Amino acid sequence: MELTVHLFGITRDITRKSRHTVVLEEGSSVQDLLRRFYTEYPELEGLKSLVVAVNDEYAEPTQVLNIRDEVALIPPVSGG
Amino acid sequence: MIAVTDQPIDIQACLDAVQSERAGAVDVFIGTVRNHNNARSVVRLEYESFDSMAIRKMTELAEEAARRWPVEKIAIVHRKGVLSIGDVAVVIAVATPHRAESFEACRWVIDTLKQVVPIWKKEIYDDGEEWLEAHP
Repeated sequence: MELTVHLFGITRDITRKSRHTVVLEEGSSVQDLLRRFYTEYPELEGLKSLVVAVNDEYAEPTQVLNIRDEVALIPPVSGG
Repeated sequence: MIAVTDQPIDIQACLDAVQSERAGAVDVFIGTVRNHNNARSVVRLEYESFDSMAIRKMTELAEEAARRWPVEKIAIVHRKGVLSIGDVAVVIAVATPHRAESFEACRWVIDTLKQVVPIWKKEIYDDGEEWLEAHP
């Protein structure tokens, strides 16, 4: 399945993209997605934290991804 | 009133939004852009927001605050885009029957917003730039 992942803040700077399309096997989890990003962009491993949001909600690493999910990488937030 | 805006925040509109005859107190937090951080001179800030999720998380904060304190009305408004020194970045206004709970609720909302709402701040210095909190 093909997923388009939205990128913000420092993840956008590191990847030089605001969206990145990844092709994952059916049944892949949030952790699988993160692993793919770390392989492609090792610089992401230097971040304090990196989590995934699925459909506007923070997702657990074990959550299985669906082709219709809206997915985003969330580096450490710093609003306020 | 919950919003993320690329326009200057209208503080009076936030106060109007929490006006309530049942409230004896309105506590307001105004976050502004300061000219230094960790001894570096800040020239400007750039805020980026994941709008749909930010609004969802801010709405959850308002709901949770109302569960914890007797909140009559609440406004949470965050600015995004390029901000200069002194600009207003965030406004939180909480109306409650008495002052103690409006202070507590307002503080909890800004503290928790900084931890969970997907908004990112980049500081631009004389000699570089940095996304805050990004690295250990």
